[in-house]
Amino acid sequence: MSVEEQEGQVTRRMFTTGAAAGVATFIMTACGPKRLHEMPRERLRSAMREMEREYSARAGKGVTVSDTPALPGVEFAYALDISRCIGCRRCVYACVDENNQSRDPQVHWIRVLSMDKEKGVSFAESNPYYNPAEVPEEGKFYVPVACQQCRNAPCTKVCPTGATWTEPDGIVVIDYDWCIGCRYCMAACPYGARHFNWAEPVIPKDVVNGEMHVLGNRPRPKGVVEKCTFCIQRTRQGRYPACVEVCPVGARKFGNLLDKDSEIRYIIEHKRVLVLKEELHTVPRFFYFYAT
Amino acid sequence: MRLALLMVVGGMVSLGGDGQKPPAASAKPAAAGATEHLEVPPPPFTEGLFPCSGCHAGMTANRTRRTLKEMHDDIVLKHDEQHRWCLDCHDAADRDWLHLASGERVPFEESYRLCGQCHGEKLRDWRAGVHGRRTGSWSGTKKYLLCAHCHNPHQPRFHALAPKPAPVRPSRGARQ
Ligand code: HEC
Ligand code: HEC
Ligand code: HEC
Ligand code: HEC
Repeated sequence: MSVEEQEGQVTRRMFTTGAAAGVATFIMTACGPKRLHEMPRERLRSAMREMEREYSARAGKGVTVSDTPALPGVEFAYALDISRCIGCRRCVYACVDENNQSRDPQVHWIRVLSMDKEKGVSFAESNPYYNPAEVPEEGKFYVPVACQQCRNAPCTKVCPTGATWTEPDGIVVIDYDWCIGCRYCMAACPYGARHFNWAEPVIPKDVVNGEMHVLGNRPRPKGVVEKCTFCIQRTRQGRYPACVEVCPVGARKFGNLLDKDSEIRYIIEHKRVLVLKEELHTVPRFFYFYAT
Repeated sequence: MRLALLMVVGGMVSLGGDGQKPPAASAKPAAAGATEHLEVPPPPFTEGLFPCSGCHAGMTANRTRRTLKEMHDDIVLKHDEQHRWCLDCHDAADRDWLHLASGERVPFEESYRLCGQCHGEKLRDWRAGVHGRRTGSWSGTKKYLLCAHCHNPHQPRFHALAPKPAPVRPSRGARQ
């Protein structure tokens, strides 16, 4: 047998194996487990009842998991007043509590960066670990950063399994059951807003928030990526995100970009507004502004 | 930048305009006037001090600028104090009320109207939910914090706070 023939055989075999695998994948996706957004309603419902049973048992209390869809005519947006924020980090911990982030290892969806007034917005020289007795510190200003809910999101494009996508109301979500933990999305995100569960998340039972959304604050397993969802479990019920309600200086604003009477539209029309890393054309739905 | 943003927003609006109605508009910045009703938590009085008329009904108003000793000795005015004294804001005849420069009486639940006389732009931003804080529903009823919940009217500068703990630094070798 010549070398050439051998090679030909191998190639043929590889082709058939490949084809078989392809067919298997097709069958898997057609009949097997579905991403949450393509599951038929009844199957999603029963999957959610199962989640409720599991999470309730684990938390030792009643947990509800909702799948409230995006409201028509709503596109959420956020605006943060850099001239007010004092860097007190109340938002960071309200977010942890609301969204069932792991306490150990620590996961924070919001990072508050301290920057020099003299240098302006500069990520290279920012510091998230500042820890004085009182804030604000002389000469500093503060830029809290979480998911910017980009209209042109780099993270969703690189996901090999389609586990992350943008909802009709603008919230970029993750299906934790389809996330394979490859972390391409983390590499793609220019804001460092996605976080990986390196170990099994630990949340003490007594602090579990039992009001959950299937695309939001339900418990995540080890090995998946998570991030801010604009508090999808609250905002789709008409409420404000937890960080907005806790901010002692009132620097955090949230609303419907399509409603001309919303806070967000008032800010865009009356204040000096900027987005982070505008040059990357991610087109964030998260704005920063100066009220004064 | 602002122009670009406005264009983006404008584009979105026309896109959203295909017969889909946005949910109930958020509270419109209400026109100034006595008719508006904004939902606010109770004014942050020291416990037991209100009604003020409990003491003041039987007292004559004292307009003299002085250091208070017999009562309210914790109140030191640091708010444009060269130009102002207590009874510019508090009603001399009935201490349970504030009053505007026009003489119109204003209840403590509407103290923002008093502040707005001199801080008009702040009041406008506050009504729109942009200065201060609103809670409740982004698409429905909202509750406002009064200016006085964040600013002591007598010393309005916002006080510093102790920050919550810094995040733990990623341990060496471990990735964050
Ligand atoms: C700029 C207007 C303004 C001036 C000037 C002013 N006050 Fe007030 N004061 C207020 C407002 C508004 C409140 C209501 C705070 C609240 O809602 O609890 C208040 C509250 C009070 C209270 C209740 C405080 C508490 O702890 O519950 C007292 C007592 C009082 N003022 C006394 C004085 C005295 C005495 C002076 C002069 C030294 C003075 N005020 C000057 C606006 C003013
Ligand atoms: C326990 C009795 C008491 C109560 C309650 C009380 N006051 Fe007074 N207040 C006094 C006394 C006594 C003085 C005079 C203090 C001095 O001259 O040293 C005074 C002085 C004042 C003054 C300075 C002007 C003046 O007429 O002397 C203002 C303004 C004032 N009070 C506002 C208030 C307000 C507003 C409240 C309610 C939130 C209130 N007070 C409740 C006892 C009281
Ligand atoms: C009669 C006019 C007038 C009224 C009424 C008034 N202010 Fe002021 N306010 C001033 C002036 C003038 C200044 C700037 C001078 C100063 O800081 O003392 C000022 C300053 C302030 C500041 C900035 C303080 C600082 O040190 O940064 C705040 C906050 C403030 N006012 C809040 C209020 C609130 C809240 C009310 C209502 C309870 C109010 N003001 C009512 C005139 C007024
Ligand atoms: C949620 C808390 C909050 C409420 C409610 C609030 N403020 Fe402020 N305000 C702040 C903070 C924080 C600052 C900035 C810190 C500072 O400069 O003292 C500020 C600053 C100000 C200033 C100083 C000028 C500036 O822009 O820094 C004025 C004047 C003022 N506020 C007036 C008002 C008035 C009038 C109201 C009510 C109509 C009001 N505030 C309600 C938190 C609040």
